[in-house]
Amino acid sequence: MSAVLVDIANLSIAFPTRQGLSLAVREVSLTLGVEKLGIVGESGSGKSLTARSILRLLPPNAVVTAERISFDGIDVMRAGETELRAIRGRRAGLILQDPKFSLNPVMTAGDQIAEAWRAHRKGTWRQARQAALDLLAQVQIRDPGRVAGSYPHELSGGMGQRVMIAMMLAPDPELLIADEPTSALDATVQAEILRLLEDLVSRRGMGLILISHDLPLVSHFCDRVVVMYAGRIVEELRASDLASAQHPYTRGLLDCMPTLTKPKPRLPVMVRDPAWLA
Amino acid sequence: MIEVTGLHVRFEGVHAVNDVSFAVPRGSSFGIVGESGSGKSTVLRAFSGLNPDWTGTMRLAGMTLGRQREKQFFRRVQMVFQDPYGSLHPRQTVDRALSEPLLVHGIGDIEARILRALAEVALPPSVRFRYPHELSGGQRQRVAIARALMAEPEVLLLDEPTSALDVSVQAEVLNLLADLQQRRGLTYLMVSHNLAVVAHLCPMIGVMLGGEMVEQLSADDLRNNRIAHPHTAALRALSTELEGP
Repeated sequence: MSAVLVDIANLSIAFPTRQGLSLAVREVSLTLGVEKLGIVGESGSGKSLTARSILRLLPPNAVVTAERISFDGIDVMRAGETELRAIRGRRAGLILQDPKFSLNPVMTAGDQIAEAWRAHRKGTWRQARQAALDLLAQVQIRDPGRVAGSYPHELSGGMGQRVMIAMMLAPDPELLIADEPTSALDATVQAEILRLLEDLVSRRGMGLILISHDLPLVSHFCDRVVVMYAGRIVEELRASDLASAQHPYTRGLLDCMPTLTKPKPRLPVMVRDPAWLA
Repeated sequence: MIEVTGLHVRFEGVHAVNDVSFAVPRGSSFGIVGESGSGKSTVLRAFSGLNPDWTGTMRLAGMTLGRQREKQFFRRVQMVFQDPYGSLHPRQTVDRALSEPLLVHGIGDIEARILRALAEVALPPSVRFRYPHELSGGQRQRVAIARALMAEPEVLLLDEPTSALDVSVQAEVLNLLADLQQRRGLTYLMVSHNLAVVAHLCPMIGVMLGGEMVEQLSADDLRNNRIAHPHTAALRALSTELEGP
């Protein structure tokens, strides 16, 4: 691991409710270099909030406290909107679950990528269009010309997600945050997209944060995995050490999945120990 | 219980389902796997009566189904969808959602039936007067299953019933479906892209590719790699490769 790209220390995120503040993320600390980090947990475990805090893309009513959130030495907590804009999209890209909702439905894929490229790189439309075709080729689209001229509704889910990735790569970012990038896709397409992400990230020397609820899947594509439960990091391990996970919650996440090779007549159900919250 | 023979479905020139045949014995489960666009959901929708543009023969318990389904059909066959948030009315309480099938089919004893249905899917009685947005994803899918069971059907059509859920909740819902099947002798026809989930619940599996059912095999054969078609082999390889330690 080389230089530290992201450094989060003691992050807590709370939301006001009628009963007072409700903590969604509790005292989370993590660092990321040029590596692939997986954040795994159930819905509501705080995994997305933690990752989005790096870009300060949190709901306006979120109450954030942290000793430190820094991106390549920039203090994200105190940065102004202009400074943040230089990070968001440009130095750190965010890929969301469903390309249907993230792409502009009335603009062709090529124009959207070209627009992203121009916004960050400054150049002519002609250069931008050429760059868009190059980017589409990089995300392994066989016929970039056809896809560039297509509207999002004419593309399949996997193709749409490739367009999203191409768009995020346009400014040549140092970090990519992928928040459940393949949950809306089929198993085969899912594997293709994750392989593509892994390959691009390794080749370009970028950092990757992959957020998912599928622990075995994530470990397949990451170097290191952080497991979150109820807003806390309960375990952190190297992806290759998954089999020796210690925390009962991590074990539970692995055991409760049906598998083809090790059939069980009944799936073990997670028994949640209140002590995990302590 | 279910017999489908020579089913074809065409949409404006697209041959979405091409000569699909299979049978499911009473009290058993049949799973259809395939990628998006392989036609697996179209088969399910044609059987459920949601899509009238089909040709071929479909039978339910020996009775040939017509293009227009009778009311009795919907009492015997119910469907559970992938996304419970999309399939429950956001401004109706659980109580209202569960009583609707009873009103439609003229079944009395509503109060007792609702309480029994909630208990059967392991939801506390307090859930009864909640709205869908007040429930978790797993609770919502339990409500959707409870609603499907209200009219006491013999067949449940399951369209990716767990793919929108967390893995821990998926385990609970799969166990629930297995228990219900045992208790009520239900017949399941399930569609999913997750081979492990289908093999867990269904002893027989049909693999679809480009509208055709290219292979039918038992879950045991799938697990032990006794596979005839390369597409099945590819799906299996992918699924086992990404399994945990």
